[in-house]
Amino acid sequence: MVALVIAEHDNASLKGSTLHTVTAAAQCGGDVHVLVAGSNAGAAVAAAAQIAGVSKVIVADAPYFAEGLAENVAEQVLAIAGGYSHILAPATAYGKNILPRVAAKLDVAQISEITKVESADTFERPIYAGNAIATVQSTDAVKVITVRATGFDAAAATGGSAATETAAAVADNGKSAFVGREVAKSDRPELTAAKIIVSGGRGMGSGEAFKILEPLADKLNAAMGASRAAVDAGYVPNDWQVGQTGKIVAPNLYVAVGISGAIQHLAGMKDSKTIVAINKDPEAPIFSVADYGIVGDLFEIVPQLVAELG
Amino acid sequence: MKVLVPVKRVVDYNVKVRVKSDGTGVDIANVKMSMNPFDEIALEEATRLKEAGKVTEVVAVSCGVTQCQETLRTGMAIGADRGILVETSAELEPLAVAKLLKALADKEQPQLIILGKQAIDDDSNQTGQMLAALLGWPQATFASKVVLEDGKVTVTREVDGGLETLALTLPAIVTTDLRLNEPRYVTLPNIMKAKKKPLDVTKPEDLGVDVTPRLKTLKVAEPAKRSAGITVPDVATLVAKLRTEAKVI
Repeated sequence: MVALVIAEHDNASLKGSTLHTVTAAAQCGGDVHVLVAGSNAGAAVAAAAQIAGVSKVIVADAPYFAEGLAENVAEQVLAIAGGYSHILAPATAYGKNILPRVAAKLDVAQISEITKVESADTFERPIYAGNAIATVQSTDAVKVITVRATGFDAAAATGGSAATETAAAVADNGKSAFVGREVAKSDRPELTAAKIIVSGGRGMGSGEAFKILEPLADKLNAAMGASRAAVDAGYVPNDWQVGQTGKIVAPNLYVAVGISGAIQHLAGMKDSKTIVAINKDPEAPIFSVADYGIVGDLFEIVPQLVAELG
Repeated sequence: MKVLVPVKRVVDYNVKVRVKSDGTGVDIANVKMSMNPFDEIALEEATRLKEAGKVTEVVAVSCGVTQCQETLRTGMAIGADRGILVETSAELEPLAVAKLLKALADKEQPQLIILGKQAIDDDSNQTGQMLAALLGWPQATFASKVVLEDGKVTVTREVDGGLETLALTLPAIVTTDLRLNEPRYVTLPNIMKAKKKPLDVTKPEDLGVDVTPRLKTLKVAEPAKRSAGITVPDVATLVAKLRTEAKVI
């Protein structure tokens, strides 16, 4: 058995999600190979070769792989898929976009967002926004899987020394063209990779009010997040959204400020190690999952907290 | 130009589902069912394209039990011109649905298929991408903006860390994210009108599709419960607890 991991990268570096996916792949029981389909992606390839537990890195390099278009990357995966028992990708916007194309062409089911590997053909995955956990067994010859990063530790980024092999690049599909990208620039850690997250909800009352959270996030070196209610109200951009319809996170510390704790939000953060809730409503559902709660006005408590952290 | 919009009947998003005590699944007996919210957004988008004169016909499709006809009627009240139900009581996985939709697309020849990015019951997020692969069409998933003109569709996508824009040649697949639009409220006159719109019923066998499941659900369980912690009286206590008890700062 050999598992193939589709690396998520930006040509210059690997995304952290790739490391978590390698861990899940290793648990499937065999060798782990990594495919890096990119353009001038030498740095990403070098990083992939150093991941502990990876025995081979396959490189497909072509200009039309630069932006990770699903049509081209999926075709490349199919071109080298023969012989693999498992094909895995991170359950991120990147992996979710590509992998179902691969599964459909192989005429196999995809098992989405697994959080646990029980055996080589049996996996756990959340359904109904995490309100139930299904254990599913695949009857297909090849298991095509997306991996929820919060369910698996990251593989060590160094210590490996995988062989590198070049695969012939498939032809450009040509039906889809990359036009542009607007990436929010921030000095803060990325939401899904952060050790600490400070999130605001509808209780913030305005986009302006989120500024009060910035000194707290600075002190804690935290990423900033938000509930869907805050995003829908237009306070902050959508890529801050934590929840069923946003990002799934599991930091060491999650500070929920002015967040009531709707099911859809809890689905995105309830696996955090420690949860702190600050809310003026003592009945808010967020307190039922919080390790430490403070009932009170967030506009008084947050500055006090910043001061206390010194 | 014709647009196809597949819609799924799912447990209403306001219902908190319960796991059955025997662990075979979630209890959906006597639970309110509705159209998958992402599919409602897809129908709204298709309807707006028609209202803008860029599309001539919107066809809603559903796969599943007889009651999916109600979901299709809702779709026609939003704006679909007609409905097609692929009726089966079999458990349908995304691959099977993608195959059924491919068979219908071969027949109907739409230029655009707009789907919800995922259904809120199984949270698979697969059908649109699978359908695109089976048809050999380009795809733009997680759309927050769709512009249809000159034989192509330009789509802004919600990706990690921001937005990305792709231009696809037609025919193409688009899957919707939450911010694409806000679906309209269905009015009573439109519900009445929808009752008179044509609704065809077909079966997987008629389309020559084998829908046998590929996955076996061995068990469905409640997620591990997180127990409520404590309420601390002040910020100083909180910081002390975080430092000495939780050791996270």
